[in-house]
Amino acid sequence: MSQYLRALSAILTREALRFLTQRERFLAALVRPLVWLIVFAAGFRAALGLSITPPYQTYITYEVYILPGLCAMILLFNAMQSALSLVYDREMGSMRLLLTAPLPRWWLLFCKLLAGVLVSILQAYAFLGIAYLYGIRLPPMGYLWVLPALLVAGLMLGAVGLFLASTIRQLENFAGVMNFVIFPVFFLSTALYPLWRMAESSRLLRDICAWNPFSHAVELIRFALYMRLNTEALGWVALTFAVFLALALWGFDPARGIMTRKTR
Amino acid sequence: MAALDVAGLSFRYGRKEALKGVSFAVQPGEFCALLGPNGAGKSTLFALLTRLFVAKQGRISVMGKDLQQAPRAALAQMGVVFQQMTLDLDLSVARNLAYFGALHGLSRRESAARAQDVLERLDMAERAREKARDLNGGHRRRLEIARALMHRPRLLLLDEPTVGLDARARASITAHVHALARDDGIAVLWATHLVDEVAPDDTVLILHQGRLLETGRARDIAPEHGLAAHFMALTEDAVA
Repeated sequence: MSQYLRALSAILTREALRFLTQRERFLAALVRPLVWLIVFAAGFRAALGLSITPPYQTYITYEVYILPGLCAMILLFNAMQSALSLVYDREMGSMRLLLTAPLPRWWLLFCKLLAGVLVSILQAYAFLGIAYLYGIRLPPMGYLWVLPALLVAGLMLGAVGLFLASTIRQLENFAGVMNFVIFPVFFLSTALYPLWRMAESSRLLRDICAWNPFSHAVELIRFALYMRLNTEALGWVALTFAVFLALALWGFDPARGIMTRKTR
Repeated sequence: MAALDVAGLSFRYGRKEALKGVSFAVQPGEFCALLGPNGAGKSTLFALLTRLFVAKQGRISVMGKDLQQAPRAALAQMGVVFQQMTLDLDLSVARNLAYFGALHGLSRRESAARAQDVLERLDMAERAREKARDLNGGHRRRLEIARALMHRPRLLLLDEPTVGLDARARASITAHVHALARDDGIAVLWATHLVDEVAPDDTVLILHQGRLLETGRARDIAPEHGLAAHFMALTEDAVA
């Protein structure tokens, strides 16, 4: 096995072991979308009527509509959690250990990113399992089709988190950034309402939602759950991933980035 | 060939000059103490030596490999113990070592054999299964040194490794690292502000306000008044 794969395997194993020792984190990550699914969706079911829009071929309940958005929500919160732990690791020093390994920095950061995404995919599947027991049934093959969509969407959100981690100087600043990122990104997307519904109240908000990369991540997942590929969404997600990964790598570059200004 | 060769190294944080034309070399088997008060530039120097920062002026080479031109080859020759603890407290001693071994390309079998070896050298073999969280401060530091030795580096960098430890643990760790230099021929750069950690035969570099003020063997630097008094006088003069 090459050194690259050994490092990847070690980082994945480490994240998996940390995940197993932090069961509270796993449960907390599930409680949030479940509250939205069981409490919020039940309350809004009557208020928010939905028309037939792709990929759906019939009228659906509101719970069915928000399910992909809640999967994306798990990925989003996990990406921010991973970014937070990166800032913490950098402040506490363990990030230094990783970055002094004799491997290209981009590979080490990518391994870290991938490890975080795989953990959040496990959580998304656990959520889909509970939703199934709750009565939200999807096409059986949809559970398989959604795997690459979750991976790509998770990588995009993870890259955004990585970029944020490279720009934030201190751990205390992270909570503020989380509020500025998570809530606008989530609410200004198609996670909770379709675009046509948003357009009824504000054209501007509709346009913002349409441009929001998180909306494309949600749509990618939504279509995949019904065994369809949304190529436009995939393109936007891939482009956003590439841009933010490049920015994050720049941020962590020892020669050009901002590490030199903040790690003292 | 020097294990570590630093030439004309300078570094700035914005307008503040943190290092000014620092040059020195550490030979294989040499224990080199980098003495400096707080804020002297020791941690900046370590960040440059480990390529966390990249200097725009100066050159660093490790066993003849230029850190800028061939960073992977240079880093592969280097073991590092940072001032802040970098252990994963939720993992066992063995898993901490295995993780680091894998980052350096060691196979599982190789990694396990070397872990056994380094733990025995540091009198920690019986603690392999314990969680890092359950170790005391001295043993955590020893584990970090063991980890830094996993890939058999030719150069060991330690940034104030005894901070926060009691006198017994400090003496034990200092003795272990001196033995590594003496018996295994590993070049050691040991940053500290504690003069009593320096042995008479060690090489001493005195760094203050980003400048290297003095270099030489500890016993030769201040034969009359002792190293501690000399260090105090030298750094006070520099402030004035």
